[in-house]
Amino acid sequence: MLRFIFRRTLQMIPTLLAVVLIIFVIFSVVPGSFISSLMAEGRNATNADVMAHLNAQFGLDKPLPVRLWDYLWGLLHFDLGISYRTRSPVWDVIEPRLWPSIKLALAAMGFAAVVGIPLGFIAALKPGSLFDTSTMVLAISGLSVPEFWLGLLLMYFFALQLGWLPSFGYQADSIQHIILPAIALGVSPMALLARTTRAGVLDVMNADFVRTARAKGLTEPRLVRSHITRNVLVLILTTLGLQIGSLMGQAIVIEKLFSWPGIGSLLVDSVSVRDIPVVQGTVIVIVLWFLIINMLVDVAYAAIDPRIKVN
Amino acid sequence: MRLRFNLAFGLTLVLVVVVAAVSAAWIAPYDPIFDADLMNSEMPPSWEHLLGTDGQGRDVLSRVLYGARVSLTVGLVSQLINSLIGTALGVSAGYFGGWWDDLVNGLTNVMLAIPSLVFALAIMAVLGPGLPSLLIALGLTNWSWTCRIARSSTLSLKNQGFVQAARAAGFSDANIMRTQILPNILGPVLVIATLGIGGAVLAEAALSFLGVGIRPPQPSWGNMLTDARELIRTAPWASVFPGLAIFTTVLGFNLLGDGLRDMLDPHMRTRRA
Repeated sequence: MLRFIFRRTLQMIPTLLAVVLIIFVIFSVVPGSFISSLMAEGRNATNADVMAHLNAQFGLDKPLPVRLWDYLWGLLHFDLGISYRTRSPVWDVIEPRLWPSIKLALAAMGFAAVVGIPLGFIAALKPGSLFDTSTMVLAISGLSVPEFWLGLLLMYFFALQLGWLPSFGYQADSIQHIILPAIALGVSPMALLARTTRAGVLDVMNADFVRTARAKGLTEPRLVRSHITRNVLVLILTTLGLQIGSLMGQAIVIEKLFSWPGIGSLLVDSVSVRDIPVVQGTVIVIVLWFLIINMLVDVAYAAIDPRIKVN
Repeated sequence: MRLRFNLAFGLTLVLVVVVAAVSAAWIAPYDPIFDADLMNSEMPPSWEHLLGTDGQGRDVLSRVLYGARVSLTVGLVSQLINSLIGTALGVSAGYFGGWWDDLVNGLTNVMLAIPSLVFALAIMAVLGPGLPSLLIALGLTNWSWTCRIARSSTLSLKNQGFVQAARAAGFSDANIMRTQILPNILGPVLVIATLGIGGAVLAEAALSFLGVGIRPPQPSWGNMLTDARELIRTAPWASVFPGLAIFTTVLGFNLLGDGLRDMLDPHMRTRRA
């Protein structure tokens, strides 16, 4: 098992390297740098000396391969460079944003799982029923609705009209602040979970071993509990993992809408002022989160089903 | 029954949006940009303005109709680019195997690891806002599923009798891929493309909402929501209708994609029956 985890961790490295490379190359072809945008704003750096000094300070005068090498070398020491905007290490800018983002992702996923899985399960037990049809209508709607619009509507009804919840912002210990953004963000994974759970349960119900168990005279609740649930669990776990992994990236618009101080809003803000080191850093964090969650899912998977370790 | 309902309803919604986009110039009651009337801003829906007016007194209905053009263009064109890239990479990787297959596989994994909205945002930051940038940003970032499906279908097709017969008959590799393999994978590729259009419409709206997509005053459903968001207390209709338009469009393409998949996938059909 340890060897499997080790191998799986090693497999992340090439992907991560490729991501860094792609992001690095994309931003090195940016036609205006942060420094030229300073100039355009007519702030300080209007003469050539100042520009040359700034370029040297941020290492922008070196050729691209050297900069890439420096960056990778820094990464190896957990050094993501210096933010253009705050002039402080990128990690110091990112770090306080991590926990709010993780909290939002987990809350959204919690909502999605608590609502989506039971809906899908119950729908599958009576396919074609009114409950099944309404669940599937709800699911396809959940997958089609723009989440920031949903967030805006939730904000309108529950915060502005009813005044039950705060409309935006973040407080470290406040559960009230996280409810609306978590629901807005969780609706699409909820819909996906409902669909996958339903499809998975339907699949298992038609499997031979379930038919055998039923023929043996197993009671329906027992059948659901010990045969169906256990077999659908792997599928649910995979969907859940993939969703949590990509949620941090999906959250950017919701974070922006609710002024949530997470990784996503940091990314958007950094893009708009061309603070490239922070943009690179946030993208790396988002990808790393995805890769780590995926690895954990694979490990959990291997623990449930030993056959997977072999491949 | 349900299968045909999905297809029919999805197709209807898509057709409504297409008609709105194509005929916007004739059916829109006002000009979406220049008919701004500050004396009549934030007016609720009425006979003069069926969906009300926005913060600058422009007709919401007209802007929603013109916004359909942007959304459909972005959805269709970007997904076409994705499908072409994904199919070309996937089929060639599955067919040739070897180092090319490894390379394509690795690239696909990388693409899957970067959330496509994040990737598109990064590209938009480089290219700057506007329609051409959107087409590129969304066209280059969402081909990994197409590639995976194309690759795995090609793998299972390439050892079948008719492909081997074509090879024995001396057809070139390019010819075999085009005439023997491609027609057999078009179904699944089309399904993913249809679902992908919905995704691209959502992504365009999100990017425009964030201010890096379509720039005002040109109307796009996303940037209409950016403006309307500030007025949600006084003019909620300005937020409701553009969002409803996005929802309808995406729902249409998703239903259509689901319907197509159920139609093309015999496994699903027998299970439903």
